[in-house]
Amino acid sequence: MTKFDTLVQQLKYRVLKEVAKDYWDGTLEEKKAGIPKVIAPGPKATMRCCVYKERAIAADRVKLALGGDKSNPNLLEVIEAACDECPFGGITVTSDCRGCLAHRCAQACRLNCISFGDDLRAHIDKNKCVNCGMCMKACQFGAIINRRRPCEASCKIGAIHARPDGISEIDEEKCTRCGQCSYACPFGAIMDKSYITKCIDIIKESEGGAKYKTYMIVAPSISSQFHYAKLGQVVTGIKALGFTDVVEAALGADLVALNEAKDLSEEGFCTSSCCPAFVRYVNTAFPTLAGKVSQNLSPMAAIAKYIKHIDPTGKTVFVGPCIAKKMEMFREDSAPYVDCVITFEELQALIDARDIDLTKLEEKPLDNASYYGRIFARSGGLSDAVRQALKEQNIDFEVKPVAVSGLDQCKMALTQAKNGRLQGNFIEGMACPGGCIGGPCCLTHEVRDAADVDKYGHESKETTMLGAANAAMADPKIASTRKGE
Amino acid sequence: MASVELSICVGSSCHLKGSRDVIEKAREEIIRLGLQNEVTLKAAFCLGQCGHDGVSVKVGEKVVPGVKPETVSKLFEDQVLPLLGK
Repeated sequence: MTKFDTLVQQLKYRVLKEVAKDYWDGTLEEKKAGIPKVIAPGPKATMRCCVYKERAIAADRVKLALGGDKSNPNLLEVIEAACDECPFGGITVTSDCRGCLAHRCAQACRLNCISFGDDLRAHIDKNKCVNCGMCMKACQFGAIINRRRPCEASCKIGAIHARPDGISEIDEEKCTRCGQCSYACPFGAIMDKSYITKCIDIIKESEGGAKYKTYMIVAPSISSQFHYAKLGQVVTGIKALGFTDVVEAALGADLVALNEAKDLSEEGFCTSSCCPAFVRYVNTAFPTLAGKVSQNLSPMAAIAKYIKHIDPTGKTVFVGPCIAKKMEMFREDSAPYVDCVITFEELQALIDARDIDLTKLEEKPLDNASYYGRIFARSGGLSDAVRQALKEQNIDFEVKPVAVSGLDQCKMALTQAKNGRLQGNFIEGMACPGGCIGGPCCLTHEVRDAADVDKYGHESKETTMLGAANAAMADPKIASTRKGE
Repeated sequence: MASVELSICVGSSCHLKGSRDVIEKAREEIIRLGLQNEVTLKAAFCLGQCGHDGVSVKVGEKVVPGVKPETVSKLFEDQVLPLLGK
């Protein structure tokens, strides 16, 4: 049984599935207007105040499933009808305040914001309060809370805020497209644009591989997804959709790490370039460090480039947990190699739209990469891979990695690097907490995910990165991952 | 001079069935037969013949399934050399 973390993901999935089904059947134009009614059949509302609101939101989701607002450069859009205008206001004293005598809250406040009225309860002077949270920690009754919108709280770089009318708004310049806000919003008011119809076009126009071959590149975090079926069944399912082959992005990661290790030893310091949200964050918020971002392609682009090297007419579709990869698809360095990007949620929708029951399929193998390429999916994996790549290539250089995940941690490490205070010579930066396994479009986010990734890593036939590269005839010199080569 | 492309499947299934050893053997065979200028060795992903015991190899336009390291010599003899008119 398909399992999502929340009903929000389930709702998004249902719309994507309807769109995919009708588009595949060639009936989307006639059925499009009816999809909201399929999603919210009524007569009673189950998600919102009335079915009409539910349908209005579903109609906006259909638009996003079809690529969204083309004039908006962001991959993320706020569905205004869905935004519940959550209350905000920062540190707030609730009715749980018992009006005690100790006044630890007031003592903890260094700005003297807290006073006590005739009701003996604490009151915060919002003109002075800076939301430091010390009073909140001091209160023994938990009566003081930090009232933040979930979207705002999830964005560690302050790229989303409430407009004066209460609707959330994304700051296009600041936003890295990591998509954490879209997963965090309890009302599902922030959604990523989908290219699921483009993916269907690629499959259908290949005419079962007769016109050209199609390759689905899977992110290594797939190992912590699809808990209800075996990975081998997912591979068979992808082939049943019409893909010629399924290839691990982790092999691209092997190639990237081999080259990145060399570059690092020559330059003495660099940051990773795998995570497109991290790369955008460096370029926009830390322009002085932009030149220090590794000049290697991402694993997705690296393996797509290699596939196109082998099969120049082949088409590549990446599937992963990532919204920012959809931005990378349009980036100059990746665009020639990556034809489409979809997410695990969208893959699930596509599989179900074709009535493919993964649990009934036989298992097919998935084995292109080494252990090290596969563990890129979790924070710290890339650093381990670079260390191993130095060893495998007999490069005498000691890497001192600083592995950070989540934009708050990235900000800290980049600030230290900017000021020359970083305790290390390599920043592994991932925008999502825990790395790609914390990606916004993972079907599930569970504690066991990192362990699942490691377990999957150990199942690789090839134990070294050079071994994996050689087995695929992808000599790192031939299959250069450097941009522009 | 006639030339032929030899594409060895490195897709998951063939990889697990030992395509790496077939590649090694093919490299040796090319040198042994002195075909460096006539045979181009390439990688391929799935050639659609995963059901066979052994690795799929595309010789020119023809897919030959079930190749094993010990049958590489025979593959050259039966498939590659005739295409080169030898």
